[in-house]
Amino acid sequence: MRHVGLTVNGMRHELELEPRELLVQVLRDRLRLTGTNVGCDTSSCGACTVLVDGESAKSCTLLGVQVDGSEITTIEGLATNGALHPVQQAFHDRHALQCGFCTPGMVLAAVSLIEHGEATSEAAIRVGLEGNLCRCTGYHNIVAAVQDAAAAMGRAS
Amino acid sequence: MSATEERTGYIGAPVKRREDASLLTGRGTYVDNMAPAGTVAMVVVRSPYAHARVKSIDMGAAKQAEGVVAVFSAAELRDDWKAPLPCAWPVTEEMKSPDHYPLTDVACYQGDGVAVVLAESRAHARDAAELIEVDYEPLDAVAGVERALEDGAPLVHPDLGTNECYVWRLDTDATGQAIDDADVVVTRTYYQPRLIPNAIEPRAVLAVPGTTGDMTLYSTTQVPHILRVLAAAGLGLHETKLRVVAPDVGGGFGSKLDVYAEELLALALARRLERPVKWTEERSENYVATIHGRDLVTEYTLAATKDGTITHCRARVKAAMGAYLQLVTPGIPLLGAWIYAGPYAIPNYSVEFTGVFTNTTPTDAYRGAGRPEATYVIERTMDALANELGMDKLELRRKNFIKEFPATIGSGLTIDSGDYLASLDKLLQVFDLDAFRAEQAKRRDNGGTLLGVGFSTYNEMCGLAPSRILGAIRYAAGGWDTATIRCLPTGSIQVITGTSPHGQSHETAWAQIVADQLGCDIDAVEVLHGDTSISSIGMDTYGSRSLPVGGVALYHAAAKVIDKARQIVAHQLEVSADDLEFADGTFTVKGSPDKTATFASVAFGAWAAHDLPDGMEPGLEATAVYDPPNFSWPGGAHAAVVEVDPETGDTRLVRYVAVDDVGTVVNPMIVDGQVHGGITQGISAALYEEGAYDEDGNLLTANLLTYLVPSAAELPSFELERTESPSPTNPLGVKGVGETGTIAAAPAVINAVLDALSHLGVKDVQMPATPERVWRAIEEAKS
Repeated sequence: MRHVGLTVNGMRHELELEPRELLVQVLRDRLRLTGTNVGCDTSSCGACTVLVDGESAKSCTLLGVQVDGSEITTIEGLATNGALHPVQQAFHDRHALQCGFCTPGMVLAAVSLIEHGEATSEAAIRVGLEGNLCRCTGYHNIVAAVQDAAAAMGRAS
Repeated sequence: MSATEERTGYIGAPVKRREDASLLTGRGTYVDNMAPAGTVAMVVVRSPYAHARVKSIDMGAAKQAEGVVAVFSAAELRDDWKAPLPCAWPVTEEMKSPDHYPLTDVACYQGDGVAVVLAESRAHARDAAELIEVDYEPLDAVAGVERALEDGAPLVHPDLGTNECYVWRLDTDATGQAIDDADVVVTRTYYQPRLIPNAIEPRAVLAVPGTTGDMTLYSTTQVPHILRVLAAAGLGLHETKLRVVAPDVGGGFGSKLDVYAEELLALALARRLERPVKWTEERSENYVATIHGRDLVTEYTLAATKDGTITHCRARVKAAMGAYLQLVTPGIPLLGAWIYAGPYAIPNYSVEFTGVFTNTTPTDAYRGAGRPEATYVIERTMDALANELGMDKLELRRKNFIKEFPATIGSGLTIDSGDYLASLDKLLQVFDLDAFRAEQAKRRDNGGTLLGVGFSTYNEMCGLAPSRILGAIRYAAGGWDTATIRCLPTGSIQVITGTSPHGQSHETAWAQIVADQLGCDIDAVEVLHGDTSISSIGMDTYGSRSLPVGGVALYHAAAKVIDKARQIVAHQLEVSADDLEFADGTFTVKGSPDKTATFASVAFGAWAAHDLPDGMEPGLEATAVYDPPNFSWPGGAHAAVVEVDPETGDTRLVRYVAVDDVGTVVNPMIVDGQVHGGITQGISAALYEEGAYDEDGNLLTANLLTYLVPSAAELPSFELERTESPSPTNPLGVKGVGETGTIAAAPAVINAVLDALSHLGVKDVQMPATPERVWRAIEEAKS
């Protein structure tokens, strides 16, 4: 067991972790933050994407012990004071989710893309989200939602 | 949409989804999120061989491993099963259906379960599973349908003496003319690869034992009601002792329309251990343990007169069943069996399906189920026939479209409504074909990447289904669905549906329908589903049935409620019920606009029951069960544009225009979303996806790294339009929409690839049109 301290959605946690525990397992099983979904075992689908120190990361590709001292944002921590984040709001407005399973990861990947100033065109958004798979929407409405959110956040160009 | 702009109310409006609030904030109730105290994790040990006998199994070390609760082999659980895993569709009397139990000691496909481990955590269970030593005797295996039918091929089930599961035929001989006597006869053979559904949520099961011999099963299922019936039978439980819950379910596309080994295992083991048992599928496990779709070889023939009047269609289909028959495996090809003439008036009709066992994961329903398989061969062959006739491809389609409705078609069914010409005309308003041809010619002259356009004009039958027809084709259950509308004292409305959504937005769309009919605020309507303790019967969600069957049941339940309310108001206002008009949630006496009663006040009055007509039961609630009189018949016209690099074969979809006619649209935003997703799965089948086995039955595309599920980067945005031919068979005028895109898209894309390469002499390319296949087709045409 290794001692790890990390901040998740603004709350500090001190944990004793097995070295083999993945960040996604720490979030889901230890902290019961089940909004971060697991869709694959090859780091292909992106459903488990979270923000680690502001950078989007597939939480199945990181060990819990690797993120000692980090600040992590999961989907549960994105809305503030009951108000949806502009990306969440745009997903709702544009019907950018159906079954919702890929959505937490897709939303956080989009947040990171927009905040990095990379959501500047449809083509850039499509390439920027290629690590996140959705099987329901055909991405059409997701791309539109990310364009809307980027505009709302003043990062569309 | 001009048709929708004219309407008022909720039906036809892009009402935003109430499902989103929890899903967008990480509060979904997916099965894997559940972890009741004391839960035991289950891991299934699976055969690495496609065909092998378990000679011995050593579980000693696993039983001693840390955290392990129990380990069982197939033999140890044999007495837990009161019936094999069910197949509900014996398509012929002679069909061969080998018994299949949740665990086996003769594995018949790679992934067949041979043992199960239960431990305090999933990590413990996985570690212990590694310690189980299985001594397998590998047996000869066969993976391809054509090979499986050859003399001397290995037998999947040697006791059956054959790999042929069934042969099913439907022939009409309307004109007596032999197909080979026609002026022009075009026959093509197509292989449609195996597809792996890949709902982004893998399957998961949680079985929780109760205190009185009762059990609750939480499952990632599309079919909680059907699952309850069959799981109870499999375990010898009274149905009343089994509650099945489908909480938030992360996509299905048919792959969660089944009764799976893990569902029965979790129940049986929870019963044995008296602890909750949970199993969560890993993605790579999903590739072998969850059903696949397609995998068939079709020889398809169209015959026509010289002027392009099509006289005959004929399909000869060899369809892979996989190693066993899952819930509706043998029936999947039949779901297309009546539409092998497509939207065309073809009098002579002949189809024959041969179901074939192979040592592969069982096939079953995957989006479109039988109909993409039909549409693909029809639309490919329509282009080939046009070439043979020297006729324009769209002109051939126009000439042969069914133009008058209702239309009784060559296969014997009746299409209720449609307007295929209108869809094609609208498509060509959006898609400027002359401009495209000019650009295409320029590209050919200039060298570099080539452009091609492909068309697919389609129809399909969905909305499963009239129960009598299902009975006539030997399906075990009915095709009705049910709805209950319960008016609470304050005027809030509880809606209970027998459908079970997993992304289709029923909570929103059903509320739209009911709120419009009762004239109430949509927020006053709650929609309950997916739990057999709330909705005790229903037929669930698959085959684009939920709206045209379950949605129509809502309509009828609301009508019953309104009728009862009308009797109450008539009594209280001392008028004849016939003199009452009901609109916008208020009853008004004709000619006396000051005499009114709101629906909410009637709901309260029915609850208080102080002043009801003599003999009337208190309360305002009604249930309707709706059995559709016909299938649902959407149709439309799609165009795909691809760009092909002739040097590398790299092929990209650059434009997609779809005009669909799905009858009356309840929520255009949701319908567009269904079409987007459906089209994408069809495009993906055409360009990217192929579940491939080697000759020994090893799955070569066994995870998301080797099987290409497209990302946003592989796709363009789509251009959607609609035409609207309301269904005359239901009062809402609605049709199904969940599968149209998948049914239409694949042939449009492949026809586009062939159009791009037509000047090079390329006549065929197999799905998926990978760069290698396209490059080889170009090279072969050159030589």
